[in-house]
Amino acid sequence: MAVTNEIEQVSKPVIALRRRMPFSVLAWRVAGYAAMLIIVLIIGLPVYWTVTAAFKETREIYSLPVTWWPAKPTLANFPAAWQAAPFGRYYLNSFITTFFGAAAEVTLALFSAYALAYLRFPRKDLVFLLLLAALMVPVEITIVPNYLTVARLGWINTYQGIIVPGAAIAYGTFLLRQAFLAVPREILEAARVDGAGHFRILFSVVAPIAKPAIVTMALLSVVSKWNDFLWPLIVTNTTDMRTLPIGVFWLRNSEGLANWGVVMAGSLFLIVPVLIGFLLAQRAIVEGMTAGAVKG
Amino acid sequence: MATYSPHQERHPNMLRREHREWLLFVLFIGPNLFLFSVFTYWPLLYNVYLSMVRWDFLRPTMPFVGLQNYIAAFSDPRFWNIIWQTATFTIWSVGLTLVLGLLLALLLNQRLLYRNTARAVVFAPVVMSGAVVAVVWSYIFDPRYGLIDQLLSFVGLRSPNWLVDPFWAMPAVIIVYVWKNIGYAVVIYLAGLQNIPRELYDAARVDGAGAWERFWHVTLPGLSPIAFFLSVTSILSCFQAFDLIRVLTNGGPADVTTTLVFHLYELGFVSYDAGKAGVVAVVLFLIMLALTIVQIRYVERQVTYG
Repeated sequence: MAVTNEIEQVSKPVIALRRRMPFSVLAWRVAGYAAMLIIVLIIGLPVYWTVTAAFKETREIYSLPVTWWPAKPTLANFPAAWQAAPFGRYYLNSFITTFFGAAAEVTLALFSAYALAYLRFPRKDLVFLLLLAALMVPVEITIVPNYLTVARLGWINTYQGIIVPGAAIAYGTFLLRQAFLAVPREILEAARVDGAGHFRILFSVVAPIAKPAIVTMALLSVVSKWNDFLWPLIVTNTTDMRTLPIGVFWLRNSEGLANWGVVMAGSLFLIVPVLIGFLLAQRAIVEGMTAGAVKG
Repeated sequence: MATYSPHQERHPNMLRREHREWLLFVLFIGPNLFLFSVFTYWPLLYNVYLSMVRWDFLRPTMPFVGLQNYIAAFSDPRFWNIIWQTATFTIWSVGLTLVLGLLLALLLNQRLLYRNTARAVVFAPVVMSGAVVAVVWSYIFDPRYGLIDQLLSFVGLRSPNWLVDPFWAMPAVIIVYVWKNIGYAVVIYLAGLQNIPRELYDAARVDGAGAWERFWHVTLPGLSPIAFFLSVTSILSCFQAFDLIRVLTNGGPADVTTTLVFHLYELGFVSYDAGKAGVVAVVLFLIMLALTIVQIRYVERQVTYG
């Protein structure tokens, strides 16, 4: 556990270390690597299991003993999954709802954050509080009234029905406001002296400077829209309007137990794009998710 | 609250300019607030109203019944069971996430090669879809062909029938919750560990404190605000956990994994009882509001003294 400091001072080649390092430190270090390996195995094993199952023949999945590597690797599960459920349509639906949902959040957050950071308004503190209060209402408790609202609007089973109720954004607004306030004052003054209006200032001065924060916020939006489950589940009622998570869920319900290989292949249709995105944007995503916690 | 523009300079035609700015402010923030009013604030009020009527989503009339729905809920042992199960799920999930997360963070804070890879692996499940994670785990829990049975067979054990066994269903959901969410706790702890001043460790070492004492007297107290923040956010996220339960167990077997949020969904969209759904929504909101207020108090204190 508390192996902290002796080890940290050492950053020399292992062979040199072995001579000088006391045995207990070496033991700690070996234990550290062993523990890390075990952790990675525990967390990674379910994903490994999914991937291998997706390449196994159905016969192999349902024979004992269970194999750790596909005996005869096959690609058959992927077209089978694609046919068992309209995954092309699911992708389209997920892309549309994620893109427009996240775009709406980013746009609303940009304008709201600019207004909160730079525009004068009497009782601005009240507006601020209203947005803060929205942070405290979890979407889960709004499902029944929102379903009724969306039904009254005639939006059940439509894209706008999936997107619009979740488009308002409080967390992202605060995240961007914080970034906007950090923009150096002189730059804003210079732009204003040059006669730039608020739109110009927002889009050609503030937004470029605050780009990292905007990217982070957009990524968080995309991840949450892409993974959203409860609301699309409630508000869609035909197969062709389902998003990917709902589609995989129904695929499990119809094919699971009898055909795990196909279900795992279908799961990969959703997991792989997320993992690729995560690898590319890991730093920004982690930063965005931890922003509220440590800065205080 | 000091939210006024940091750039208040005086201008000759300030008043007109100011009014134009007010209008712009409304235009800029209006859409966001409008959407919140319709889809966040209004539902809060409407839930309170729904909780006092009897309605099945179809009938044209909604007879007002006062507090009857509340009385019915609170005198129903099933409702108390559900609250108890929500508490069980939350306490186990949060406890395991916080403790195991701390151990992992301490490990991944060491200068080990490949620790960034390990951090990425640990964090990856956080960004995955809960529904799909649950689909994958329902295969892993398969009592005959699943991964867990395979692992248990190495030590000569047989897997229970996780998802349909009334004893094992809740542990199964908790395991998946911890697997999916521990990475979040780890990155938060890691950030907290960076914030503990090095000098404290140096001072402790000068005073002759061993590794264990330094951990106990420097690391742990240094992390306690973070641990508090984490416990509140994790409790809130447990109260909201829906996709894992819907996909893994659908609240069963025999109700044992039904939590408040799942119960709300069930009442609203399976048994179409708007009144009882309203009661659950109001109760859930009050619990979560109390927790959020605790959290905000904490954040304020951090800002002031931190």
